[in-house]
Amino acid sequence: MLIFIIINISFGSVNIPLKAIFNTILNNDTAKETWHSIIFNYRIPKAITAILVGSGLAISGLLMQTLFRNPLAGPYVLGISSGASLGVAILLLGASILGGGFIAFSQSNIALSIAASLGSFLVLFTVMIVARNVKNTMTLLIIGLMFSSFAAAIISVLSYFSSAEMLQQYIFWSFGSLGNLSWNEILIFIIIYILALVLILPTIKPLNSLLLGENYAKSLGINFNRTKNLILISTSLFTGVITAFSGPIAFIGLATPHITKLIFNTSNHKVLIPAVAFLGSIFMLISDTIAQLPYSEFTLPINAITSLFGAPIVIWLILRKKKISL
Amino acid sequence: MSVKKHIIKAEDLVIGYASKKVNTIIAKNLYFELFPGELVCVLGKNGIGKSTLLKTLTKVQPKISGNILWKNKNLDQINQNKFAKSVSVVLTEKIPASNLTVYELIALGRQPYTNWFGSLTEEDKKQIKQAIEQVHLQKIAHKRCDELSDGQLQRVMICRALAQNTDVIILDEPTAHLDVQHKIETFKLLQNLAIKLNKTILISTHEIQLAMQMANKLWLMTKSDFITGSPKYLVKNDVINQLFDSNTIHFDKNSNQFKMI
Repeated sequence: MLIFIIINISFGSVNIPLKAIFNTILNNDTAKETWHSIIFNYRIPKAITAILVGSGLAISGLLMQTLFRNPLAGPYVLGISSGASLGVAILLLGASILGGGFIAFSQSNIALSIAASLGSFLVLFTVMIVARNVKNTMTLLIIGLMFSSFAAAIISVLSYFSSAEMLQQYIFWSFGSLGNLSWNEILIFIIIYILALVLILPTIKPLNSLLLGENYAKSLGINFNRTKNLILISTSLFTGVITAFSGPIAFIGLATPHITKLIFNTSNHKVLIPAVAFLGSIFMLISDTIAQLPYSEFTLPINAITSLFGAPIVIWLILRKKKISL
Repeated sequence: MSVKKHIIKAEDLVIGYASKKVNTIIAKNLYFELFPGELVCVLGKNGIGKSTLLKTLTKVQPKISGNILWKNKNLDQINQNKFAKSVSVVLTEKIPASNLTVYELIALGRQPYTNWFGSLTEEDKKQIKQAIEQVHLQKIAHKRCDELSDGQLQRVMICRALAQNTDVIILDEPTAHLDVQHKIETFKLLQNLAIKLNKTILISTHEIQLAMQMANKLWLMTKSDFITGSPKYLVKNDVINQLFDSNTIHFDKNSNQFKMI
């Protein structure tokens, strides 16, 4: 893990020698002032963001797959990511329709985060109300998919009416980006991340009995509704904060749990939760390193990288195992 | 002979699906008792309400009216975790595919007793080991569940129920997917548990012949009636013929099975 962090920090558009990086971090002794700034204000925050994003998405994916007993569930499927996207789209594209002072306001990072969080919580809230009335978890998944389509439709309508600059900004956001986070934003990120992590602790035992299905879990004395609500709240916290700060990032949440189960060959969540967090972070660090296109001045959208590698991996997994399990 | 204490007792029980507007009544006027060490089979044709009855008894589905007593306590007042220590179930539904091993699956039966993190104590491990020995699963304990045959998996599910260490085990059609040999073996195993460990075992089944041979008591569910009694008693009084409302099927007392007329 440390190796991947170091690799991640050492590559970027500006070529900084490894020795200089160690000197900067360990001895606070920098050859060039710009290098110091790049490392401390850009590359280290970016590595931390990658770890938070990767582990958070992977944990969310794992929890949803077990809760819905569906190996294809993930933060995307419940519509939470779409909710966040919709929030951002309404802010950015809506501002261009309203014009004037709204445009300036909508440019700020904080406004973006608030909009994304509001969007994901709105979807979560609706999903929770529906979940109370719908007993069948499959139905809930379909409703999540419908939310995604609905959000996509509204975004299309909005983009039709909005200005080119705003549309461009929205599209850039939807590419996903791990950079651009200030230390203050990372602090907020970490606080919400830890909160979501704490909410997961009491669900570890119920998650294991949920491997037998909802009815068996209940027969083992599990309070299913409480478990379901805790998982919904924590996954939406994860997804909301991650999407807000780094855009919708695909496939990490879906693919990481499967790869982890293949490597660790277990379904025990006491092992799986730390394991997916670990692997999710590594995947994110690798994806980001690739996205930087070392030694070039270009940076690819992170979402393109995760999809480019994630989709074939999932297909390969399905073909290899013939069936995918929880 | 001393009076045996019942574990479950139902009085004037009405079961069915309750909704805000109308209650769909599946069966009413149910009176029954279950005692320790009894193997009881619920018989009835498809759709008559066997599953609904079992679901009501296991607190999955609320009753419509009447009383169910567990050891003289009202069923509704027993909390989920305490209930899980008194009743274990084997359901008809297939478990989702996972990486669980046989041992891990059986160990899940200990969840009502473990702490919030689900750590197994020495006592838990002892109980699991005993359950595995009772059902003779030592050889496959470290296999993965998706490598097992239907018959083996059913034994594992029964073993899990046993590890839960409850007075009562309720099984919904436990032999539905099994061949004749495994059907007989499963019934034998359940009968053994009732006799040796004094468990109360309630099974819903379509295996009338096996139920006749193995059960202490049968519960017959028909459209209008709910009749309980020993297999012998039900045959002697011709009550068993009420099971099917068809004129072409008749119970043959000599061969102990239903035949076409």
